[in-house]
Amino acid sequence: MPDGQTLEFSGLTKRFGPLTAVDRFTARVEPGLVTGFLGPNGAGKTTTMRMLLGLVRATDGSATVGGTPYAQLRHPLQSVGAALEASSFHPGRSAAAHLTALAQASDVPIRRVDETLALVGLSDAAGRKVGGYSLGMRQRLGLAAALLGDPGVLVLDEPTNGLDPEGIRWMRDLLRALAREGRTVFVSSHLLSEVQQTVDSLLVIARGRLVFQGTIDELVDPTEYATVVDAPDRAGLTAALTAAGVSAEVLRAGLRVDAADPADIGRIAASAGIALSLLQRQGPSLEQVFLQLADGTRVHASAFGGESAAGAESAPPVEPTQEGDAR
Amino acid sequence: MSLVGTVKSETTKQFSTSTWWILAIVLVVYVASTAAALGFFFAASSTGALPGDAPQLPGDTLPPLLYSLATAMGYVFPLLIGTLMVTTEIRHQTLTPTFLATPQRSRVLGAKLIVGAGLGVLYGIVGIASSVGPSAAMLALQGVETQLGDTDTWAMLGRMIVAFVLWVFIGIAVGALVRNQIVAVVGVLVFTQFIEPIARTLVTFIEGAADVVRFLPGAASDALVGASLFNAEALTGGGGGNPLEWWAGGLVLLAVAAVLLVLAYLFSWRRDVA
Repeated sequence: MPDGQTLEFSGLTKRFGPLTAVDRFTARVEPGLVTGFLGPNGAGKTTTMRMLLGLVRATDGSATVGGTPYAQLRHPLQSVGAALEASSFHPGRSAAAHLTALAQASDVPIRRVDETLALVGLSDAAGRKVGGYSLGMRQRLGLAAALLGDPGVLVLDEPTNGLDPEGIRWMRDLLRALAREGRTVFVSSHLLSEVQQTVDSLLVIARGRLVFQGTIDELVDPTEYATVVDAPDRAGLTAALTAAGVSAEVLRAGLRVDAADPADIGRIAASAGIALSLLQRQGPSLEQVFLQLADGTRVHASAFGGESAAGAESAPPVEPTQEGDAR
Repeated sequence: MSLVGTVKSETTKQFSTSTWWILAIVLVVYVASTAAALGFFFAASSTGALPGDAPQLPGDTLPPLLYSLATAMGYVFPLLIGTLMVTTEIRHQTLTPTFLATPQRSRVLGAKLIVGAGLGVLYGIVGIASSVGPSAAMLALQGVETQLGDTDTWAMLGRMIVAFVLWVFIGIAVGALVRNQIVAVVGVLVFTQFIEPIARTLVTFIEGAADVVRFLPGAASDALVGASLFNAEALTGGGGGNPLEWWAGGLVLLAVAAVLLVLAYLFSWRRDVA
């Protein structure tokens, strides 16, 4: 197996006439991890991936695979496997013939055709025309094409579109297994919930710009979390918190303590001998954070686009929602 | 990564859908039925077997006329084959996997030309068999010399193969330039079946127009072959003007293919694949 390579985007820009589809996109995608590439539809995900793969010419900047532009890779399919959309097949051609043509073009041994079809569970349908395939089967065939050259890098655009729940779980397990082998797995989605359980690392793009880079945990600043606590003896609880130097805001349903760990608050209450009726962590939901990143109402420091971060100073209006269960 | 692999890949693509044999069947039916019918009437006419005062065609001009039906009428087939080699990839978005496997786009185009040349020879042989077989049978049945023993006849058949190959090249360029499959196919049919035949017929009535029309690709192709229904003086009374020399016709066709291919590469082939 070829080693996973680092994908590097540097100032990558694509303009279609007056429209800037991708704007100075700079990021790194590391091997051994599943990296989610998240953004609403039309944010520039597909264009970014197509520039990485040499299908779309960048207006400015560069995108490289292990330091080499895709078009200059000696063995492209053995280095990078890509599945871009589930419609890149001639409906009158069989899956086996589609993969055979790809294998011949890239000097991949022909036996890999049967191997990858078996891997994605399409052995029985290999000789059938793709026109009769369901969307899920086309996704699997696209993945088979990506895996054909046993590449160290996988670039997948919305690979779970059209898969049933079982297929989605299968895809997640496969992506995790591929990353565990040391491969670079770069997978796009417009739904955070879809990649939340799969990805180790996250790039969020909105209106062509990188707006977040980091892990899921870093998506929400710890200070944005609050703890809501209540006790039948609310006065005693307030006194205990005040004694511990923790300021609390009185709500209808309890006391709200900003930026506190529920465990700390529980400990304070326990040492004061106060029985709690409620202990809950509150914060913005990940989906909310993602939407705010996408529409620009939230700006994250990891997207070092300081030069153009308009309105970066205004505090994001975060509505508290329940996050996690009461502890 | 090599041109050999890309050529293999293009060959697999060409023969793994049903387009190639459907077009081959249509070519055979179209050319063979026309060749049989015309062969019958031309032969009957030359022997004077037709009733009434039908003009008597000289028997020695008939074999080239009939045999060249494969190019004179059938050249739309290699043109379509070449066009479809490119437009199906655009239509079904298979250019994406193609260019992922072979990012060197000029190599993909080169492989298409190599495979296209092979297809030109293949369809050329099929087309020639379809025109020569039935018409030679009709001639022989009515006692008209088939000229199948003449080297001139075989040289003409060879030039027909060359014409088929050049038409595939033009088709590839047209497909890449037009991109939209339906527009390309309709355009090819309209040009080859209506515009050029009409232009070549009308030219009879316009002074000096023959000098222009003979450079049209269809006319150049007929000149390369050296015989065509359209140039037959016996039928049109000298209508086709005086065609180019066969080699000049070949060069015109080659030049058309080369210019269109360069334009296609520069303005279409390198475009973004989205």
